[in-house]
Amino acid sequence: MQSKLGLDQKKIEQAKSLARDIAVEVQSFVERYTTVATERTIARALGIDGVDDNMVPLPNVLVDSLKDKGALGHGVMFYIANAMINTGLQPQQIVEKIAKENFDITKDAKETDKEKLMQVVQPVIDATITKIRDRRLRREAYVKEYGEDTQKPYIYVIVATGNIYEDVVQAQAAARQGAEIIAVIRTTGQSLLDYVPYGATTEGFGGTFATQENFRIMRKALDEVGEELHRYIRLCNYCSGLCMPEIAIMGALEGLDVMLNDALYGILFRDINMQRTLVDQYFSRVINGFAGVIINTGEDNYLTTADAIEAAHTVLASDLINEQLALFAGLPEKQMGLGHAFEMDPMHKNGFLLELAQAQMTREIFPDATLKYMPPTKFMTGNIFRGHIQDALFNIVGIWTHQGIQLLGMPTEAIHTPFMSDRFLSIENARYIFNNMHDIGDEVEFKENGIIRNRAKEVLDNSIALLQEMTKDGLFNTLEQGKFGDVKRPKNGGKGLEGVTEKNTNYMNPFIDLMKGRK
Amino acid sequence: MSEGLYSMEAKNYDKTLDLKKVKPYGDTMNDGKVQLSFTLPVPAGPEAIEAAKQLIKKMGFENPLVVFSQELTPGFTFFNCYGSLTHTVDYESIYVPKVDSKVMSMEATDEYIKENIGRPLVVVGASTGTDAHTVGIDAIMNMKGYAGHYGLERYKMIEAHNLGSQVPNEEFLAKAIELKADALLVSQTVTQKDVHIINLTNLIELMDAEGLRDKMIVVCGGPRISHELAKELGYDAGFGTNTYADDVASFVAEEYVKRHNK
Repeated sequence: MQSKLGLDQKKIEQAKSLARDIAVEVQSFVERYTTVATERTIARALGIDGVDDNMVPLPNVLVDSLKDKGALGHGVMFYIANAMINTGLQPQQIVEKIAKENFDITKDAKETDKEKLMQVVQPVIDATITKIRDRRLRREAYVKEYGEDTQKPYIYVIVATGNIYEDVVQAQAAARQGAEIIAVIRTTGQSLLDYVPYGATTEGFGGTFATQENFRIMRKALDEVGEELHRYIRLCNYCSGLCMPEIAIMGALEGLDVMLNDALYGILFRDINMQRTLVDQYFSRVINGFAGVIINTGEDNYLTTADAIEAAHTVLASDLINEQLALFAGLPEKQMGLGHAFEMDPMHKNGFLLELAQAQMTREIFPDATLKYMPPTKFMTGNIFRGHIQDALFNIVGIWTHQGIQLLGMPTEAIHTPFMSDRFLSIENARYIFNNMHDIGDEVEFKENGIIRNRAKEVLDNSIALLQEMTKDGLFNTLEQGKFGDVKRPKNGGKGLEGVTEKNTNYMNPFIDLMKGRK
Repeated sequence: MSEGLYSMEAKNYDKTLDLKKVKPYGDTMNDGKVQLSFTLPVPAGPEAIEAAKQLIKKMGFENPLVVFSQELTPGFTFFNCYGSLTHTVDYESIYVPKVDSKVMSMEATDEYIKENIGRPLVVVGASTGTDAHTVGIDAIMNMKGYAGHYGLERYKMIEAHNLGSQVPNEEFLAKAIELKADALLVSQTVTQKDVHIINLTNLIELMDAEGLRDKMIVVCGGPRISHELAKELGYDAGFGTNTYADDVASFVAEEYVKRHNK
């Protein structure tokens, strides 16, 4: 692609190579550790599902029993394979036995030959791999049949009633109005639960619980409305928090299409321990990559705490790191919804030009990514009429710079979760602008040495400077110093550290090899 | 367009402002004009429009006018409407108890504390009792803040401790003593059967019993809290909807100075 901003390709390469150095350090850490969430994910991938009499999910029953016995470092796969050899039972039955009879899965785990262990679990693994692959093929077939306009961003809206059945009504309405991605916002606080609730749920606060059954209900509803409209409607959820990889595997099994999945968001904004999140993000992204899921990163959030003009380079630096970490997990660029946002103070003179410059810059630095562009939130005041215009300017930048995913702003942002009519007005706004200005990006060039070109250069230069500092200090120290979002997090602080364990001699996770970078 | 919009008929109502009988203003005093938008769970059509008009009349409007309607999805119709309100309020008899402090920006509050107190104020907050929701306390305390208002964690001159949700009052007080709190923030977001009243009262009783009540500034907040209710329950202030970290921080700083400069 010809740069409309005159960005120096060498500088872009320099920035990417610095980010890669930072990611290498993280990756070498990640590969030595596992977590309770990663192990529960392997349990789910072995077909373990359901809850015990106290509504504790069976993957938690299994992993907690290993943790209590100090055996977690050897991993779920080792003990389940041994138990399958010893009892002749399937993984699900083995964990039911733990739940009902207090069966000690660690006692007779004597087989350490990894080949023999793999032989016994292979059929279970194959069934899961096939199921996820079928989900992916199904999506691809739908998209091929219906076709889609790849020159404009996907129209992305959220539903958040707390009741999955009410969400279905809202989601189908939004799809009929033109929405292409529906995100079911999670209930407040779910990211801090160290388990995934079970079954269909009808109560939540500010959102709906992410459960496998809720995924299934919404997928079915969107397929129904998609067939009616002859459009494939994508479903999005939140692969973040303490259950990051578990949500990934559940989404992969139920045909979700988009997942919020940031390597750093939980650390910064939910105070989740950084070691925990960095280990968890790796497996979750391997799964998302294999399942054909587009991940969304959360850099937009930096601009809700830090200033959008001053901190623009931190967003780009974080996008670059997120990209490199995703590449290590085998995630194709097309599936990278790297995040950024339209969050400048609307009273700033020429603010629109700066927003346009940054959006175009992000487009040119990540040419193949399905960029995720976030709407104004910080300066939405409750004046719904001005807010609607702010959203319109945001939509103009979105179509102009070929963003991949446009998370539509709502005029009632900061007032309530969207009414059906709020979503209608926002979708109408986006469709009007996306159609009315469809090819503006190909028609207009930017003046040499003008405000727009200079802004893009400045942000890239500042990002390179920040990344250079970070390569000296490393990512962990950078986060401790508060360089992203002005939030400081200690390496051993935050939630979930007790769930991180060094891998032991018998540890195995064959799903990494089977899924990473594969289809 | 239907009736009324361009009507030249005489507007035979009193066009002078009477603060005892205030009504909405469109372009003429006492015209009572209001714009409304809402959705009805019925299919679009003349019946839907009639239903909207009847509802508007029941709300106390005359000349209901549906200027736009559209079916959002089968069975749900959206309306933009206008009407002239018949109700009035007596503005002169209104009394609203207010938190008696000047709201300052984050920077100004930091500066105020530095100048008048000379050390960071220790503020301990929690969503107490059975309330599992942290949205309220997070909105006030977390770095990110809410709706563009930074939280207390971001204040240089406030040492903020957010204890999270479902914190029992006893534990809350123990932690407050341990941290040498200058001020306590109690958040109550979702409550059932007024359990928040019982819980809020219980905290004050505990503080009285321990002789702590006068040693700390105690404020509460949440969508069902008003300043009036908070004072009634024995708190120093209450913060309802549309109040943010700056309101709370300004109050705490000014109240601290007021108490210690006596």
